[in-house]
Amino acid sequence: MEHKRKREDHATLASGFNQDESRVDWHDKTLWFVREKRDKAAWQIPEWEHLREVASQIKNNVLDNLHAYLIQFEKHAIKNGIEVHWAATPEEHNAIVYDIIRKTGVKKIVKSKSMLTEECHLNEYLFKQGIDVVDTDLGERIVQLANEPPSHIVLPCIHKKKEEIGALFHQHLGTPEGNFDPQFLTAAARTHLRQRFIQSPIAITGVNFAVAETGEIIVCTNEGNADLGVQLADVHIACMGIEKIIPERRHLGVFLRLLARSATGQPITTYSSHFSKPRPGQQMHIVLVDNGRSDRLHSNDFRNALKCIRCGACMNTCPVYRRSGGHSYSYAIAGPIGSILAPGLDMKKYADLPFASTLCGSCTNVCPVKIDIHDQLYKWRQVITKKGYGSAGKALGMKGMASILSHPTLYKWSGAIGRVLMKYLPFVFNNKLNPWYKQREMPKPPDHSFNAWYRQNRKHHGK
Amino acid sequence: MKVALFIPCYIDQFYPKVAIATLQLLEKQGVDVAYPENQTCCGQPMANAGFEYITQPTNDLFIKNFLQYDYIVSPSGSCVLHVKHHLHAKKDEREALQVRNKIYELTEFLTDVLQVKNLSSRFSHVVGLHQSCHGQRGLMLSQMSEIVGPAFSKSEKLLNMVEGLKLISLDRKDECCGFGGTFCVAEEAVSVKMGKDRILDHISHDVEFITGSDMSCLMHLEGILLRQKSTVKIAHIAEILNANS
Repeated sequence: MEHKRKREDHATLASGFNQDESRVDWHDKTLWFVREKRDKAAWQIPEWEHLREVASQIKNNVLDNLHAYLIQFEKHAIKNGIEVHWAATPEEHNAIVYDIIRKTGVKKIVKSKSMLTEECHLNEYLFKQGIDVVDTDLGERIVQLANEPPSHIVLPCIHKKKEEIGALFHQHLGTPEGNFDPQFLTAAARTHLRQRFIQSPIAITGVNFAVAETGEIIVCTNEGNADLGVQLADVHIACMGIEKIIPERRHLGVFLRLLARSATGQPITTYSSHFSKPRPGQQMHIVLVDNGRSDRLHSNDFRNALKCIRCGACMNTCPVYRRSGGHSYSYAIAGPIGSILAPGLDMKKYADLPFASTLCGSCTNVCPVKIDIHDQLYKWRQVITKKGYGSAGKALGMKGMASILSHPTLYKWSGAIGRVLMKYLPFVFNNKLNPWYKQREMPKPPDHSFNAWYRQNRKHHGK
Repeated sequence: MKVALFIPCYIDQFYPKVAIATLQLLEKQGVDVAYPENQTCCGQPMANAGFEYITQPTNDLFIKNFLQYDYIVSPSGSCVLHVKHHLHAKKDEREALQVRNKIYELTEFLTDVLQVKNLSSRFSHVVGLHQSCHGQRGLMLSQMSEIVGPAFSKSEKLLNMVEGLKLISLDRKDECCGFGGTFCVAEEAVSVKMGKDRILDHISHDVEFITGSDMSCLMHLEGILLRQKSTVKIAHIAEILNANS
């Protein structure tokens, strides 16, 4: 499965998404509904804001002591009979996973949802090695059949309407044409997936939390697909980013209370499965992946993005995400959190993402672990622009504007001959090529500026 | 008490009536208001576009213009937030800190510093309030819908003092309008869609006016309203609080 395509910037892809306004309305309302469910769930917990603070502090402690917790986790996991692997890069991660699979000779495997494997493009890699991977999360399976990446980390196929899913199932699973009843389609998917579960001796899962104190991992799903895969498999491979660590089991309650409420407005996910050791005769592997995370740890400005527990609340609340769709971000993790994670991996490639925001701050407010998402977006803009990854034309305009705005006489003079901002702020430049004018009228320049009015009417006051 | 008026550049250039209303409103409350005439801009347009590193001269000018006053008041939450968070001095950071600490957005100055109880203003219209994000989430001028906490709103408190004014409730009470500085042209499609959706929320509650405490958001919404040939009008909150009609 190839997700490779020419990287167009967010604005271009978002503009494409907006060609169909009724679809944008539908997408916006669907996700706003999830945001409202989150609000209701949060209001059920009077100590909600306190809980966010506690979660944030636990995660801060983890980031401050990550090295020690990872060593502790590894020690306990090995003691439990788990094989622990370390990968610095996605390539190393994929090679480790493939090596485990290769030794078994198995060609068909199942995988429950893991954003880390999306980040590492594991599916594409394994397909190239001749391994057939089936995503068992229903939403993930749908986008896999459509040969698309997920558009949302919790709701991977939220961009698809039920009619489109019906057509996809008709094509790939042989369901009757024109049947798009969600219950029917879910049942069809279940039959199809059960077949694969039974056939697969290897199951890959993600990891939501890894407890340093016990060496166990916790996987949260609503469909029970992680459990089904693992229980039927001889080999369980769990893939996780190194930031998934929590110190102690008692901390888990804080995160489980926040995760599902923030994600979908449920009090808790249907399944919160603990995997602490292999069954007799079973192999269990954990692959811990860095992929830029330790670099991030060095950065005061950007490190706390590593607190993310992948709930997706920032996407559901983001007015830009809701109206541009997850694919417009061209990264495994879309939305506000993706826009601060992606530039950390490849600043040049994802230079546009921190600008795909109005900095409204709603993301920061819903974040259950209090990541300062919109402040980081602002900070990434500064870093990216200084590195010269912004547009040259914009840099020239901005420098001209800065020069005028730091010289009062020049400012008043330019203002008098046609309003300085008309010249330098692109959104008030009146012609058909100007994006402001496409769907908006210009403000009408008044006869005089306030400054001129003041000099005429109130001269005696100011200085 | 010496109060300096900080008028953001786009208000100075395009909406002098908002600046005049702000000045008159403060004077009506008995405040001695000065307007430092050499002011230009807070530097936000450059900084939000990623060019904070070229804003030092604008910062220095801002400090020079405003340092001597007891309070700095401005009819823009967004510009005030920028000064509060990002104003730095080249030489003496204590000066920047002083400026950052004494700048107030207009409505918070009225409710928190002056603690006004009465405005003697009248505006007999149905009004919708657009909460600008930087004022609301940045300066916390009102409670935010994401937060589990007690409700409050500095703007609403003031609008409720205006005789004849009917304030409606929106379906989405604090969703962003999509202006976002250079976002409004760089991401034209999404920006306009966000603006159209905000307007629809107001129109479905039969407003005659959309108000707010940031003219930049209102300028964006006005641009769309005018293109749609809508009868709904825009008024900055200073104009309404200063009105007698």
